[in-house]
Amino acid sequence: MAQASSGLLAANDDAVVVAALRRGDESVFTELVNAYSSSLLRLAQDFVRTRPVAEEVVQETWLAVLSGIDRFEGRSSLKTWLFRILVNKAKTRGVREARTVPFSSFVGDEDTGPVVPEERFRGPDDQWPGHWASPPVPLDTVPETRLLARETRQRIAGALETLPDTQRAVVTLRDVAGWDSEEVCEALGLSEGNQRVLLHRGRAKLRAALEDYLEES
Amino acid sequence: MAVPEQTDLTCQELVELVTDYLEGALAPRDRLDFERHLVWCSWCRDYLDQMRTTIELTGAPSVEEPASPLREQLLDAFRDWKRTRE
Repeated sequence: MAQASSGLLAANDDAVVVAALRRGDESVFTELVNAYSSSLLRLAQDFVRTRPVAEEVVQETWLAVLSGIDRFEGRSSLKTWLFRILVNKAKTRGVREARTVPFSSFVGDEDTGPVVPEERFRGPDDQWPGHWASPPVPLDTVPETRLLARETRQRIAGALETLPDTQRAVVTLRDVAGWDSEEVCEALGLSEGNQRVLLHRGRAKLRAALEDYLEES
Repeated sequence: MAVPEQTDLTCQELVELVTDYLEGALAPRDRLDFERHLVWCSWCRDYLDQMRTTIELTGAPSVEEPASPLREQLLDAFRDWKRTRE
């Protein structure tokens, strides 16, 4: 049975996953927990003061998923819903702990400067200043199996972990949870412009991690 | 038809506009410059392609192991929950 549902998430079909959860399929629940608990935990820590409290929030989130799964209508994706529950619970706890998360005050404190190192472009004396000197790898030269390999995703996940908090929170909610920008701005108290800057810087670093990985070997 | 003035957006400038482009936040004029650059610059198309792939891969579930006590507790909770449904 564990075999049968192994990799169910990879099919990216919420209806199948939701049906399995409703049936009480432990392996699909485990798969979900394994895939998202670390991201949920890191995000929770942006809202509450301590790791134990963040762990409790994650725990409560999973319990809320179970108790709410029969009412889940699939108007958003399962992931989007999962992260919504987490953020709501984490914010409630954060308020109770009187922790305010001044995300907006961090914007601009973080790195500035170009997202691609300037050495990769031709200098001012070149015939084509500002154009690629060392251009990106065309992905159609990379075997699809390599791109889709677990290790490639793990490299990107690893790079996500090392982003500054606000960038990580924004990229997690946008690109992992699949929230739209409006919902992210509201949850994190960011302006549209700041959210975009954080997304830009965060995604650029993940892309660089992908490119570094593809250029190895 | 008015011919837009020729601009010379460089690759170095384009990479800084990628998120605004993907977010639909570029002014129409800037969007046009961006897309025109892409027409002749395969390197920047490769860059944009890498960015789109990165976004997709970021959203793909990856297998991570959470702290094990948490997982054990969750599995117990799951089994309790399952029993209440039988």
